[in-house]
Amino acid sequence: MTIMAVTSFPFLYAFYELPKLIVNGAIQSKSVTFPTTLAGVQLDQINYLWVLCGGFLALVIVNQAFKYIINLYAGITGERMLRRLRFDLYGRVLRFPLPQFRKTSSSEIVTMVTAEVEPLGGFIGDSFKLPIFQGGYLVVILAFLFVQNWYMALAAVALYPLQGYLIPKLQRRVNLLGKERVRLVRQLSDRIGESVAGVQEIHTHNTARRERADFSHRLGTIYEVRLQIYIWKFVVKFLNNTINQLGPFFFYAIGGYLAIKGELEIGTLMAAIAAHKDLAAPWKELLTFYQRQADAKIKYEQVMEQFQPVGLMEENNQLDEPEQISPITGEISASNLSLIDDTGAALVDGASFVIDANEHVALVGVGGSGKDETTQLLSRLLTPTAGTLRLGDASADALPEAVTGRRLAYVGPSAYLFSTTVRDNLLYGVQHLPLRPAEYDGDAAQHIEKWMTESAITGNSTDDLNAGWIDYEATGVVDDAALKIRIFDTLKMVNLDEDIYELGLRGSIDPATQSGLAQAFLKARSEFHKRLTEPEIAALVEGFDPEKYNNNATLGENLLFGTPIGAGFVMDRLAENSYVLSILEREGLIDTLLDTGQQIASTMTELFADLPPGHPFFEQFSFISAEDLPEYQGVLTRINRNGIASLKPEERTMLLSLPFKVSPARHRLGVIDDDLQERILKARKTFAENLPDEHKGAVEFFDSGAFNAATSLQDNILFGKLAYGQARGAERVGEIMSQVIDDLDLRAAVMEVGLSFHVGNGGGRLSGAQRQKLGIARAVLKRPDVLILNEATGSLDGAAQTAILFSLKVEFDGRGLIWAVHRPSMAGSFDRTLVMKSGRVIEQGTFEELSREGTVLHGLVQAE
Amino acid sequence: MSLNEEVEALRSVPLFAKIEPSRLKLLAFTSERLTFPAGQELFHQGDPGDAAYIILDGQADIVVDTLNGELVVAKVGKYDFVGEIAILIDVPRTATIRAETELTTLAITKDLFFRLISEFPDMSVEIMRELAHRLEATTAQLREAKSAA
Repeated sequence: MTIMAVTSFPFLYAFYELPKLIVNGAIQSKSVTFPTTLAGVQLDQINYLWVLCGGFLALVIVNQAFKYIINLYAGITGERMLRRLRFDLYGRVLRFPLPQFRKTSSSEIVTMVTAEVEPLGGFIGDSFKLPIFQGGYLVVILAFLFVQNWYMALAAVALYPLQGYLIPKLQRRVNLLGKERVRLVRQLSDRIGESVAGVQEIHTHNTARRERADFSHRLGTIYEVRLQIYIWKFVVKFLNNTINQLGPFFFYAIGGYLAIKGELEIGTLMAAIAAHKDLAAPWKELLTFYQRQADAKIKYEQVMEQFQPVGLMEENNQLDEPEQISPITGEISASNLSLIDDTGAALVDGASFVIDANEHVALVGVGGSGKDETTQLLSRLLTPTAGTLRLGDASADALPEAVTGRRLAYVGPSAYLFSTTVRDNLLYGVQHLPLRPAEYDGDAAQHIEKWMTESAITGNSTDDLNAGWIDYEATGVVDDAALKIRIFDTLKMVNLDEDIYELGLRGSIDPATQSGLAQAFLKARSEFHKRLTEPEIAALVEGFDPEKYNNNATLGENLLFGTPIGAGFVMDRLAENSYVLSILEREGLIDTLLDTGQQIASTMTELFADLPPGHPFFEQFSFISAEDLPEYQGVLTRINRNGIASLKPEERTMLLSLPFKVSPARHRLGVIDDDLQERILKARKTFAENLPDEHKGAVEFFDSGAFNAATSLQDNILFGKLAYGQARGAERVGEIMSQVIDDLDLRAAVMEVGLSFHVGNGGGRLSGAQRQKLGIARAVLKRPDVLILNEATGSLDGAAQTAILFSLKVEFDGRGLIWAVHRPSMAGSFDRTLVMKSGRVIEQGTFEELSREGTVLHGLVQAE
Repeated sequence: MSLNEEVEALRSVPLFAKIEPSRLKLLAFTSERLTFPAGQELFHQGDPGDAAYIILDGQADIVVDTLNGELVVAKVGKYDFVGEIAILIDVPRTATIRAETELTTLAITKDLFFRLISEFPDMSVEIMRELAHRLEATTAQLREAKSAA
């Protein structure tokens, strides 16, 4: 880039020189006599002008081309630098010691890695090009000026030293403010993160006003700092511009004087003025560059301060792949193990114990006894401040993460789930490195190669995300099919299989890509309806029949007779839909439905008029919200006075919207009589037959012979509505459905749909218990030598807890199980029990040995 | 059965007989109509109480668990109100109720019942009166029983 910049300078000089030749030579024919020869060709004055102008045009293009290329390269360098910087920072976050996250909040890290380093990348790109290029530019133009007339040139730059002295001084003030601003914005984003995380507390304690005041206060502080920055920035700008504008003053004064005296040619003066005008730009750029450099320095320092915590893990410890990963066997021994936090409190205080790597051990203790930290020390999540920990024949701190992260598994009291599917979360623990390279052909292969080269240049990861990452061997199976079975077994082990099945029923499949499966579920539908013919259970479901009005569905559902897709038809707003209205018009239903709406409105006002607004009944039962009730009363009064024809269009819409929400079986309002039902059935046909092109695909019609992709598996099998008011109806239907699914061997298929359920942010779409079970299943699936659990079943009910305890004991027979239990009595099921108090192991032995009067364990069990 | 018919049914229940029809309509509208097939239990003795039932149609047995097995102590039918004790005071169900024929009921949840009472004080006065009648009747029975003994 430097060479490129230097190469460009002669062209630049020529660019400024040429106009002089054009004006003095070609136009004023002063220094040239015509005809003249140029490169052996004879030219008259006009042709000479054309040639020189052509040369000027060529130089314009050459100079701009140089600029383009240099800018492009600067851009690339900047982007690469930004990428490298971000990747490096992220890599460091992954190696932070855990206690660091108590000091640095996630939103602060996010701001730093995303927003704060962004300008750094741009700056770094510029930093290679700008000083050389703009500086060179400046020198070239200055040289040109000096060659023309050095008095004039000297005058033009006379004030530069003043600028060079004053501006940095002012700039320092701006920089300090900039530093303050970075700090404040970081705190602000931290505060936003906190409000989001603590939003429940804000609601339950009614502290929104306080939060708003706090936020406003912060914004105010930032505003003040920013304002100061602007003020000083513009002071700098003002000084710069004023000083720059002094240049032309000297040209006109000195240059003009010299020209009049005949010591300077007009062409030279014009060229000098043009050159000086261009001088302002690089000079300004250089000053800006100086400002940005100072700014970038602050930002870089401020970011890096945060990313160099004490105890940062060595990179090779996390990334190096050992030649062989040997299982952890023999003894796990801790001697004088200690952990002291940053306040100086000893969380673990000289704990010593020996555990067989295939033993089942319970850790018992109250909160603060150190059992929590001990499990984290054992799983190498925390590093001891003193003492030694040996895992098998190696010292724990000598083991790379490739060993501890695969041969050990840790599940804490709240397992974190990533925002992806259940399946991906389950397999998270067996994806350590790319094992099977992805196959690419043709363009894709070329693209990936380029992609990886770019990654390598910027120091990024060159592991292919599309490769096969799943380590089948680690899960003890050979292929996908076997893995599926293993996953189902594991889910059963942690009592999660039923939940996943339920999720599967609520999920759906794409019949276009899974037509075989769709057919199978259609078979399940017909089988299910066959079983429903028994009189006992026939009343539980009212199936969809194109020729029959469904009494358990609303009028809207009966009319649409399908599942709306997208925003074309919204169930709650059918009365506003122009196509729906046109169908109603065509079938002469508008007046009937207005009458029905009027009846419903008068019933509702009669029922709810006496209730205070905001009463829960409105929310639960009424078709009309408390706020709208007076409006409906007004409409009813107007109808009584002037007839229904007098209503305004929006009042008609209000009335018309009511019948769409009524289901005869549920609401028993008696407003949808047989005649109306007949006419709605007719309208249903008209609706489907005349669906205009723009609405094609906006409804997936109920078709007994087709899988409905817009709704769940459950609704596809049900193909109808649960009948209202049948005692234990939903439960009994669920049982029948489950039987049908089992009989048709579809349970695995449903479970698989359940496995592709997206768990949401942090697993938020699952319950706390489900998240916890999934966390345990994830750890079990990777078949660790030792499974370490830290109150991992605390959020489960007693029955689930016991079931999981026993299935894990069976699963881990011959392997290690270390469990910090939250109920001391659970220790009874383990080979051995360690009792901790104040960071020390104070009792150890079998549960029976320790369960006698006077022991700490006895006391803890009694207190349970 | 439509809402209006249910209101008629409610008016035949002594407890609700003197309550304004518009209130009964709200009660009917907000409560769930539940159908039980013959043989199914509405609730079992010892269960926590969550709802009371007004029988709209059909017959049911009141069954008590004894040492010698189940004992049918009474039968209830159309317009009888059952399970109200458990929603008024927090006691477990004192008996089991099992549908003898297909049974149509109006289920009034505890929550709903208390909401209505607190919203419409005249309703609670009526209920108080009805309960006082029952107390009076029980006391009379007790007196008779004592004098007989």
